[in-house]
Amino acid sequence: MESAFLIEKGVIILVVFGITMLIALYSTFAERVLAGYFQDRLGPNRAGPGGLLQPLADGVKMFTKEDFIPETPNKLLFILGPGLAMTTALMTSAVIPWGRQLTIFGYTATLQAADINIAMLYVFGVISIGVYGIMIGGWASNNKFSLLGAVRASSQMISYEVAMGLSMIAVLMVSGSLSIHEIAENQHGFIDWNWHGHKFAWPSWYVFKQPLAFLIFLICAFAETNRTPFDLPECESELVGGYHTEYSSMKLGFFLFAEYVNMFISSAIIAIVFFGGYNYPGMDWVNAHLGGNLATILGTLVLFAKIFFFIFFYMWVRWTVPRFRYDQLMNLGWKILMPLAILNIVITGFVLILTAS
Amino acid sequence: MTDYGAISLTGRKKDVSQKEMTFSEKLYLPGIIKGMGITLKHFFSKKVTVQYPDEKREFSPVYRGQHILMRDENGAERCTACGLCAVACPAEAITMTSAERKPGEEKLYREEKYASVYEINMLRCIFCGLCEEACPKEAIFLTEKISNADYSREGFIFGKDKLVMKPEQQVL
Repeated sequence: MESAFLIEKGVIILVVFGITMLIALYSTFAERVLAGYFQDRLGPNRAGPGGLLQPLADGVKMFTKEDFIPETPNKLLFILGPGLAMTTALMTSAVIPWGRQLTIFGYTATLQAADINIAMLYVFGVISIGVYGIMIGGWASNNKFSLLGAVRASSQMISYEVAMGLSMIAVLMVSGSLSIHEIAENQHGFIDWNWHGHKFAWPSWYVFKQPLAFLIFLICAFAETNRTPFDLPECESELVGGYHTEYSSMKLGFFLFAEYVNMFISSAIIAIVFFGGYNYPGMDWVNAHLGGNLATILGTLVLFAKIFFFIFFYMWVRWTVPRFRYDQLMNLGWKILMPLAILNIVITGFVLILTAS
Repeated sequence: MTDYGAISLTGRKKDVSQKEMTFSEKLYLPGIIKGMGITLKHFFSKKVTVQYPDEKREFSPVYRGQHILMRDENGAERCTACGLCAVACPAEAITMTSAERKPGEEKLYREEKYASVYEINMLRCIFCGLCEEACPKEAIFLTEKISNADYSREGFIFGKDKLVMKPEQQVL
């Protein structure tokens, strides 16, 4: 039992790691193609069929470039920065439920590396460590642009983590659990809604119960992943690349890659917490008629479809909304999103008390 | 009196005003959603890219590209090294040396005098086409060919080997 458990978790971790890397790799490609399409161009389409080998070419380029370390008293921290950014980006995937149970030769495996009961707390903890990679890297670069980028990154992340956490509290009040697996399970099925005698059935996704929390969480997720319109830490036009000005070769690659891994993971969390995760309409029917394994595999595919939509959404926003000014960023975070999140908690509390009694 | 403020050449003119924003404008979200609709429209619109080596954009018939020194219908060079092109050239890119035709070279050169050396410095040439206009013998023309890039400055001085019409080009 013990070894089977270890093998199961090991396989899941390896597969999740591989898929995360693959998706992050092709996100870089998708970003460039989508950027082209949004600007009436075609994007890279020369390497391989339709340009599909472009990420490979980029990777080879990154590896073969000169690995330059600037004149800095903190060579160790300089090297540690991108590694930390990458590690923390990947750590979050441990608690994400990718599906329900799979039964293989009588052995039941859960498609989740670790179903811990404080998963949401763990996610927030890892996200807040994520800023250290950028901070340490930017500071150890011994460059004022990098330092400014690092300062911006840390203040931005701290500011938006507050609103992000508060928006999540309202969701946790509804779900009653910190475990992401349970949050996903709670969104199974439908809400029956009676409106003037007409019956409607909504998927019981939290985005319908907590639209305001979703909006706040989405905006904060953009800020936490340093994506446009909140890409102030790495803006080329002001800071020559911000915290990764001094980085080259694969260290730069790690920083850029970590951003795409973060994007994938945060898309996964948005999809699971607000859009029902692996639940889809008709899941019970498939489960009853076509078998539990098929229902699980379909659910995982549905989850990935939702994740891909949000990755597309990230890129869509990037090529639409221009960058915020720094004071606008702070105003939005502290003066608008945080009070709104608190208001949302209060409203949710009242509604919960009223419906309970 | 014409009201100049009302003229809008593009039909998309918008007056700037400093009045206070309405609530929906202050929310910014409607504006962002509208903008995302615009970008999505562009996402599905026709792409303007011309994929150059595979598809080439058609040149206008009067396009002025690399020069060619013409031969007549018998295959003899038309140029008589009169030097009018070099005089007309505003960039002073053309230089030539004349020589006298020897007996037995009638097939090669149309008239008694010909250019033994004819060079155009492509780095100086501005492709204005004045040489073409100046030529009394219809010997020099600007073609649709884009002149090639090179690694050295010397490579951009095109001599007769690159400029004189090749026999296979003779389709007049």
